[in-house]
Amino acid sequence: MPRTNFRSPSVLPGFWPAFSYTVLYLSLIVLIPLSAVFLRSAASGWGHVWKTISAPNVVASYRLSFGASLVAGLVSVVVGFLVAWVLVRYRFPGKALADALVDLPFALPTAVAGIALTSLYTESGWVGRYLAPLGIRVAFTRLGVVVALTFIGLPFVVRSVQPVLGDADRELEEAARSLGATRRQIFWRVIFPIVRPALLTGFALAFARALGEYGSVIFISGNLPMKTEIAPLLIVGKLEQYDYAGATAIASVMLIASFLLLLGVNALQRRTRRFMEAE
Amino acid sequence: MTARTADPGRQTQDPPLVRWGLTALALGALALFIGLPLAAVFVEAFRKGAAVYLAAVRQPDTLSAIELSLLAAAIAVPLNLAFGVAAAWAVTKFQFKGRNVLISLIDIPFAVSPVVAGLMYVLVFGAQGWLGDWLSAHDIRIVFAVPGIVLATVFVTFPFVARELIALMESQGTEEEEAALVLGATAWQMFRRITLPNIKWGLLYGVVLCTARALGEFGAVSVVSGHIRGRTNTLPLHVEILYNEYNYAGAFAVASLLSAVALIALGLKKLLEWKTGQEGG
Repeated sequence: MPRTNFRSPSVLPGFWPAFSYTVLYLSLIVLIPLSAVFLRSAASGWGHVWKTISAPNVVASYRLSFGASLVAGLVSVVVGFLVAWVLVRYRFPGKALADALVDLPFALPTAVAGIALTSLYTESGWVGRYLAPLGIRVAFTRLGVVVALTFIGLPFVVRSVQPVLGDADRELEEAARSLGATRRQIFWRVIFPIVRPALLTGFALAFARALGEYGSVIFISGNLPMKTEIAPLLIVGKLEQYDYAGATAIASVMLIASFLLLLGVNALQRRTRRFMEAE
Repeated sequence: MTARTADPGRQTQDPPLVRWGLTALALGALALFIGLPLAAVFVEAFRKGAAVYLAAVRQPDTLSAIELSLLAAAIAVPLNLAFGVAAAWAVTKFQFKGRNVLISLIDIPFAVSPVVAGLMYVLVFGAQGWLGDWLSAHDIRIVFAVPGIVLATVFVTFPFVARELIALMESQGTEEEEAALVLGATAWQMFRRITLPNIKWGLLYGVVLCTARALGEFGAVSVVSGHIRGRTNTLPLHVEILYNEYNYAGAFAVASLLSAVALIALGLKKLLEWKTGQEGG
């Protein structure tokens, strides 16, 4: 049955069983259920979809989800770069522990992160009690959403930048220095261009993850209508009222945004890999 | 992934003041964003004493949540492990049309919001879903029951093993397997003696990540669970219920169990990275 031009010849066995199983499993678990979301949206008609997603509370939730994810992504880029820099370039006691801690948000269940962050940032919490006298409220505000999304996004930036920074050729910096470049010039002209694609990848990954994040946000946000409701929460709300068409309409917009981001990340990663291979 | 400190002799480039200032800033940020939330879980869990903690952990609802979480992981992890090996074999050892598209498709579950993941299965298997009439005619419940929870868990942990293996096997090429075949090995011998030993640490690494996520998934499972206490509650859902009932000590006690799992996973991850680093050179 194998067609001749579909794949290059190989002596290795097992292509067709492995390939067919991969496509079958992928279709059953991912592709077919996912298509249900789009087909459902299309079935309810574009008018209905538009009416749902242009409702004021939905627009407010999109604004919050995209806005807070953007801010959290930018904070993650700055803090994540600093952490990656210190972990790659310096030696200090407890470095292995700090490095391991970076991955915690990947491993910690989001609901656990959510209640832990909330307990820290309420007015009697470890952090909140110092912010309250300054008039800064974090728990149950938009700022709280940003804090939770930064927790989620930080490791993506650190883990994207770290290997690139580790592989960067230090001789370039030496050369720049010997040619009389200042430290600032070396940073912006030599180091920054090398890590820029990795920073962008980290940002896009953090942003994409933040956009769909649910568990860590819903506790600290307080879910005040029109103020701190994120888009995934509205999907859950519509589902609880058995408004499947409404839930699906909100979800379709999120899915399209996620896919565009995924495509962007893939393109970026291919570029980064080429760059690193060219070294 | 651990960064290489290539040449210690060159580490004195930055003046000490800059070095210590940046290190303090970075460690402060890590402590604030990541260390404090972790510490808060355990402090809050034991705030009312060990007796309250143990009572919360031993509660029947908690025990049944542990059971369901373990069940979901016990089904999801082997399924995704088998898929991961098959996908990585097809994608890395052969060149075919649409290969890059397939690799991108495998990553989709990472890009989909957990809530949307839950919604998809409700749209397929729910009462108003594609298969809703057929399922109710045959008295099969998937959504708002255990099978739905398992499915949602399979979806969110779908790419972990595949992704790990694809990156690893891509770098290993096909020469060793080809040599084995030329020397007369059967397909099974080749896989068991050549491929498996080459990928075993990456495989374990993927399994660790997959298991941690399977036990901790919240959003997707929350949508398909129906929140039936003692029947369709996993550990993270149980945390939410206790928290919303203002039983903070109980919520954090259960959360501390999940945090312990996360810490074990991180420890194993470090160990495996160290192992692969050692074997890699």
